[in-house]
Amino acid sequence: MTEARFAGTDEYIATDDLMMAVNAAITLARPLLIKGEPGTGKTQLAQEIAGALNRPLYEWHIKSTSKAQQGLYEYDAVSRLRDSQLGDPRVHDIANYIVKGKLWEAFESDVQPVLLIDEIDKADIEFPNDLLRELDRMEFYVYETRQLVRARHRPIIVITSNNEKELPDAFLRRCFFHYIRFPDEETMTRIVDVHYPGLRKDLLAEALTAFFKLREAPGLRKKPSTSELLDWVKLLVAEQIPPEALRTDDPKKVLPPLYGALLKNEQDVHLFEQIAFLHRRGR
Amino acid sequence: MLTRFFFDLRTAGVPVTVTEFLTLLEGLKERLVWISAKDFYYFARVCLVKDERHYDRFDRVFAATFEGAERLFAKLLAEVPADWLKALAERTLTDEEKERIESLGGWEQLMETLRARLREQQERHEGGNKWIGTAGTSPFGAQGFNPEGIRIGQGKSRNRRAAKVWDAREYRNFDDTVELGTRNMKLALRRLRRFAREGAADQLDLDGTISATARNAGLLDLKLVPERRNAVKVLLFLDVGGSMDGHIRVCEELFSAARGELKHLEHFYFHNFPYERLWKDNRRRHSQTTPTVSVLRTYSKDYRAIFVGDATMSPWEITQPGGSIEHWNAEAGAVWMQRLTAVFPRLVWLNPEPRERWDYTPSVRITRELIGERMFPLTLEGLDAAMRELKRPLARSASALSATAPDEPQPAAP
Repeated sequence: MTEARFAGTDEYIATDDLMMAVNAAITLARPLLIKGEPGTGKTQLAQEIAGALNRPLYEWHIKSTSKAQQGLYEYDAVSRLRDSQLGDPRVHDIANYIVKGKLWEAFESDVQPVLLIDEIDKADIEFPNDLLRELDRMEFYVYETRQLVRARHRPIIVITSNNEKELPDAFLRRCFFHYIRFPDEETMTRIVDVHYPGLRKDLLAEALTAFFKLREAPGLRKKPSTSELLDWVKLLVAEQIPPEALRTDDPKKVLPPLYGALLKNEQDVHLFEQIAFLHRRGR
Repeated sequence: MLTRFFFDLRTAGVPVTVTEFLTLLEGLKERLVWISAKDFYYFARVCLVKDERHYDRFDRVFAATFEGAERLFAKLLAEVPADWLKALAERTLTDEEKERIESLGGWEQLMETLRARLREQQERHEGGNKWIGTAGTSPFGAQGFNPEGIRIGQGKSRNRRAAKVWDAREYRNFDDTVELGTRNMKLALRRLRRFAREGAADQLDLDGTISATARNAGLLDLKLVPERRNAVKVLLFLDVGGSMDGHIRVCEELFSAARGELKHLEHFYFHNFPYERLWKDNRRRHSQTTPTVSVLRTYSKDYRAIFVGDATMSPWEITQPGGSIEHWNAEAGAVWMQRLTAVFPRLVWLNPEPRERWDYTPSVRITRELIGERMFPLTLEGLDAAMRELKRPLARSASALSATAPDEPQPAAP
């Protein structure tokens, strides 16, 4: 069997359990549902799979107004109506007004593609249910042209969710599920290493300590995540901040330098300033 | 062996189905997993667990099945409390206190008592497996804050206090897995979904277009209407602990139903009556609290507030400053309730106690007065009435809002 196996890429550190999840999904041709804190690389995973296995990637980003039908096809009745008024000959063939959706495009791909359905929880509650048959059988019917569209190769489907809504059981049953845990310090070191190979060891260690300390602070509304850490490290390097400045023992500097990259919410910044204030008063 | 694993998972409350189990077997046949136990664990988890809330239960069953260890629950009972208690004691007790414990019969006896208590508690709660599930995510979660733990060493009535340590674990996060029996509740909650047309006009209004085009002598005139969207926002305040323990099941059902039905749903917990602090996570109720003031500021009056609680307590817990049984509250619960009713004019209180009993409890009467008689029993009928109340237009309550606009309440000095 010429089986593709995913083992992370130069840019993307995948843990063992994540690799197993991806490979299981590829081998058994099941959609893979990925959950996890924001900023842990859920969306990026699909891009990396496509890159690593050299497959085309189709991205379908879901909004709160998205309908399942839009992923299959849309019938552009309005242009047809207009064309009919202008006497355009195209109007006689209804197929001219069928607009293909992402799922259809993925079904037509010559090689096995990767299909990303991003943030499926944004859509209406019924959305996943409407896709059950399509994901199961990998086919759907176009009523307007009486045509059955079937996938030439079952796409590798990656679905991400931010847990804003519960997904229906029937849908879950058809998926593989993986929850990306927040990386521990060791994995995090590898991740930063991959992105900034030339980083000084002491700066990295100090930055990670400050970062995890910040994450542990009680009551944060939005905990800083991997992507924010990467941005922050980039800034630290660009501004040439010495590692000593990151040491948070100094009560006057509870907030690390350039904290704007880590804390995205004025309530959180305020909370930290309060802690800093209490520290100062305590001395 | 795998079949037993499958049924053990179901017993422990991980909702696995036959399809998923067959997928697991299919994967094994496909040689996805070689001799590595770790790989098998990862693969089994990917196949069988569909929600990160169940990861912990899965881990426990997995360990029990594949290490050939004793039955899951027995193991837990034997091991967790001892470790937990010791770790707690090392950290918090002074040498003097430790000595006193020795004089009272020593650690062994103390732990034996505790273990007995725990077993008792297990049996009393039919949902034992669930308890393990939630508490298990951090068996030491309670360790950091539990003040009762310190008191073990302080002499008086040892057994009762020790029991309280474990009772504190009953403040568990509501598991919203209670699905059966919520159908009725869902029906009632659906009343909340008021379909309001709002947002951008992005949907073709077919009827409008046809008639407009006809009027236009056949030239196309497109009409668009805004899409239907569910606009109901709800704040849920849930009473935990104390006299509510008997009603926890009913509340869980409501909570579970509410999750699926609404677009915006925020929940907060309180104990007996809302004071200056609420919390979102029961396991961290002492470390991660939300000031009630910030709840008042954050959510606007288009949120509907639903309180769930039995409102059964001593009256001064509502009327007096410092009346709370847990901490010193600088301002009376009644004051906080007035602020809440002012900011959230559409508010109801659902009471799981039968309506007949309300009149015998003074605190229920006071609460009903505070919220303007908008208390409903936690039954289908009561829910229906409550939802009707929440859907009422704001005319009457708008004036109440301006009359009692909350002053900037001073947070209690630490």
